[in-house]
Amino acid sequence: MRVLRLRVNGDRLTVAAPEHWTLLEVLRYELGLIGSKQGCDKGDCGACTVLADGKPILSCLTLAATSEQREITTIEGLMPAWRARGGEGADPVQEAFDRCGALQCGFCQPGMMLSARALLNENPEPARAEIRAALDGNLCRCTGYTQIVQAVELCIAESVGAEPAPPAWAPGRNPWKGTARAGRWDEAGEDA
Amino acid sequence: MAARDVHGPGPPWKQGFRVIGKALRKEDGIAKATGRAIYADDILLPGMLHAKILRSPHAHARIVSIDTQRAEALEGVHAVITGVDMPIKYGVIPWTPDENALAVDKVRFIGDEVAAVAALDEDTANEALKRIAVEYEPLYAFLDPREALERPEPQIHAEIRAKKVEGNISKHVQLDFGDVDAAMAEADVVVEGDYFFHGTTHTPIEPHCAVAQHSADGVLTLWSSTQITHYVQRALAQVLELPESRIRVIQPCLGGAFGGKSDPFALEFVVAKLAMITGRPVKCLWTREEVFYAHRGRHPMNMRYKTGAKKNGRLTGVDAKILIDGGAYSSFGLVTTYYAGQLLTGPYDFPSYRFDSTRVFTNKPPCGPKRGHGSVQPRFAFEVQLDQVAERLGLDPIEIRRINFQGEETKTVNDLRITSNGFLECLDLVEEASGWRERHGKLPRGRGLGVAGSMYISGTNYPVYPNDMPQAGIQLKLDRSGLVTVFTGGNDIGQGSNSVVRSIVAEELGLDPHDVRVVAADTDLCPVDLGAYSSRVTFMVGNATIDACRKVRALIVDAVAEEWQVDPQRVYMGLGEVSDLEDLGKRMTTREAFHLAETKHDTLGATGSYNTPKLGGGYRGGTIGASPAYSFTAHVVEASVSEETGRITVENCWIAHDCGRALNPMLVAGQIEGSAYMGIAEALLEHHELNRFGLHAGPSLLDYRIPTATDTPELHALIVESLDPEGPYGAKEAGEGPLHPSVPAISNAVHDAVGIRLTHLPFTPGSVLSALRAARKPGARSTPSPTSTDMAAAAARVASEKA
Repeated sequence: MRVLRLRVNGDRLTVAAPEHWTLLEVLRYELGLIGSKQGCDKGDCGACTVLADGKPILSCLTLAATSEQREITTIEGLMPAWRARGGEGADPVQEAFDRCGALQCGFCQPGMMLSARALLNENPEPARAEIRAALDGNLCRCTGYTQIVQAVELCIAESVGAEPAPPAWAPGRNPWKGTARAGRWDEAGEDA
Repeated sequence: MAARDVHGPGPPWKQGFRVIGKALRKEDGIAKATGRAIYADDILLPGMLHAKILRSPHAHARIVSIDTQRAEALEGVHAVITGVDMPIKYGVIPWTPDENALAVDKVRFIGDEVAAVAALDEDTANEALKRIAVEYEPLYAFLDPREALERPEPQIHAEIRAKKVEGNISKHVQLDFGDVDAAMAEADVVVEGDYFFHGTTHTPIEPHCAVAQHSADGVLTLWSSTQITHYVQRALAQVLELPESRIRVIQPCLGGAFGGKSDPFALEFVVAKLAMITGRPVKCLWTREEVFYAHRGRHPMNMRYKTGAKKNGRLTGVDAKILIDGGAYSSFGLVTTYYAGQLLTGPYDFPSYRFDSTRVFTNKPPCGPKRGHGSVQPRFAFEVQLDQVAERLGLDPIEIRRINFQGEETKTVNDLRITSNGFLECLDLVEEASGWRERHGKLPRGRGLGVAGSMYISGTNYPVYPNDMPQAGIQLKLDRSGLVTVFTGGNDIGQGSNSVVRSIVAEELGLDPHDVRVVAADTDLCPVDLGAYSSRVTFMVGNATIDACRKVRALIVDAVAEEWQVDPQRVYMGLGEVSDLEDLGKRMTTREAFHLAETKHDTLGATGSYNTPKLGGGYRGGTIGASPAYSFTAHVVEASVSEETGRITVENCWIAHDCGRALNPMLVAGQIEGSAYMGIAEALLEHHELNRFGLHAGPSLLDYRIPTATDTPELHALIVESLDPEGPYGAKEAGEGPLHPSVPAISNAVHDAVGIRLTHLPFTPGSVLSALRAARKPGARSTPSPTSTDMAAAAARVASEKA
């Protein structure tokens, strides 16, 4: 066993774990942060992605013992950080994924959303090819990535006050208008 | 109100839809977005043990002995079990129970489960597995379906359900409709060819996981990543010899399935048995490698098709012979064997049809249902062949599909009842969106467009175990707070079925969807539903939900009308408010209306049901493939082909899908896009490949090559709403149909691009290059690799010998 001093989602935590445990194991099974998922346990799928000092890393390939000097952000950390900055609801990336239908089974999405958050922090207006490239380490089996890319583009459009491009299934319309706030439904998808 | 009532495609209130048809967020979306949704592996119980399963290193072997003593002696090990602890066989199809939770006497593929251990942690359990000594006597292993067909010994299964198995044949079906031979004789053009579909698998990102707990008073609770809670409950009862009433199965949030979580699996029995033995909760989480061994993926099929047509493009008949590689167990294979033939008979009308399909056992991971069960492979063969017919006749590929359109409100050649059918509109949409008329056949060499169509079922007409009870049930509880809780046995596997249920309740009772809570997939709490398979949930659970809502709505309207002393026709419920349509001054909140109704009619609640009408042909097997409604799809794919490297790149895929009514167009689009992505991946990247010993060649996501965001082309989902007369508000399925045309549309686009016909999957650069080389030879036609011709011929030979 080894005593680890970690910084996770802004908290300083002390936890004892076996020497060989990965960061993912410590997050999930010692700290109860079950939002980070295990899809392959070998670095293929990206479901375990967390941010270390703002950069996406694979927590299933990272020994917990090597994470002590880094600021770790998990999916559970996004909403509190957003609220601390005076925001409502969840982080705009999380809201956009929900608004665009990008969360089907949802299993890959904590990692996907953290990759998207890291991308937008670094580059607030990436082109579509840059979005696809930035998310290419996170495998999704449900969506065909279309609604994921739309979610990121919705974030970008709204952050600059532009109308997002309408999806093929809603030509000429913005089906996400009025869905910005969770808990509202009556104004969703105008004319849909 | 009853299970077989038809509610019609219109809105419940004449004011029109308020919730249905909107791109609403999902019921569980924000929980998933914030990492709070609980999946099976997120369940951590006090004192929980961890189970691991020992697997066979042999493709086919007799188990001579198993010695578990050294494993049991290891510190931290709490129990070790083997096949003798659960000797009763089960199978998801009751006619073919050929599986044991852990192998008894024999193992049948590399990865077959042999023994299991419960220990304090996974490391200890893994160490214990190494200490289990199993002595095997290897047997001849069948890896080639043709060989399994021709050679009866050694048998992989000697008998199933006290019935002798003939050689290694899992199922053989031959059905004839009309005079196919005469149809071929009178045809102006007959195209014949061999096609091969390799095996593929589901790879949901969540590996299978189950947790069990057994109480001192004998109640077994299982949390499992299953898509069919009800069948798991039944299988556990059968194998563990417990009353069903003492087994509670709960499906937590599920991380993807695609058919791969439809069977009862070894880990569910193992954790249940170990929890009963140890008195402690037990969890088993499969590694990614184990998910590949468990498989139940798409069956490899060798297919020979013959299609006849008149000069005007009208089809005269179709003749099919199919050899299906089933792997080691039956799974849903009986159904697969029928579906391979039965589901081809739309959206085109052909007056005669014959199919002969044979499923054989081999010593490979068992195949089962994958999205588009049984019909994706024949659809690939036929839609490529239809393009060949069009080419021979000099017809446009979209035009030949229009010419043969079967129409609405009709019957197929094999007596399937077709109700709504929006296939023509699907063709129109993809033709226009892709610029087909200006671009097909006219793009520079190396770039092309291809089209394909398909149909799929919205649920099966009969449950897998015969009974006349409803296929779907719903229970409503109306609370004085204004909240409605709806209990459904339906399995939300990410497709959003719980969101659909919520929307329907909100529409029917005039509520804000946030005032509807869904409790799902818990056998203790929810009425039985048959689960998430065969694209049945929206259609069947949707109808059951309407049924329940209409019953309780009548009580509320009655109480309000009495209060206001008006005709009940004047009472309208919408947007959380109840109003008098003829006197705008009269209004109250839905909550107040609930109080009035509870005062007059006592505690408020209702049940609702759905059952299918009696459907299907009068011939043996004629009910398999019968569905209350069919969805239709058309794709146009734009692909480029590098003649230097042989690499195919799909640039765009336009998918028009007739889903009846889109209850939530955003969720429908998600299903369309996800289906098309999966089909494209099967054509170009994925391969469930085994080496010559039967060992999986690359049981990892990267070796198996599921597509990344950069591998996936632009997908353009187009929705066609044909409004089915029997679907909930006219809705049909959207989750499986849109996969089918992806694969043949790519092959047809490659033909448009460089003139070769790809008939054997996967479309690797090597197969493209060799087809290009063959095409360059003078007088040569593009030729597939030789394997399937021989196999189809062998299948034909055996079938004729049997007859």
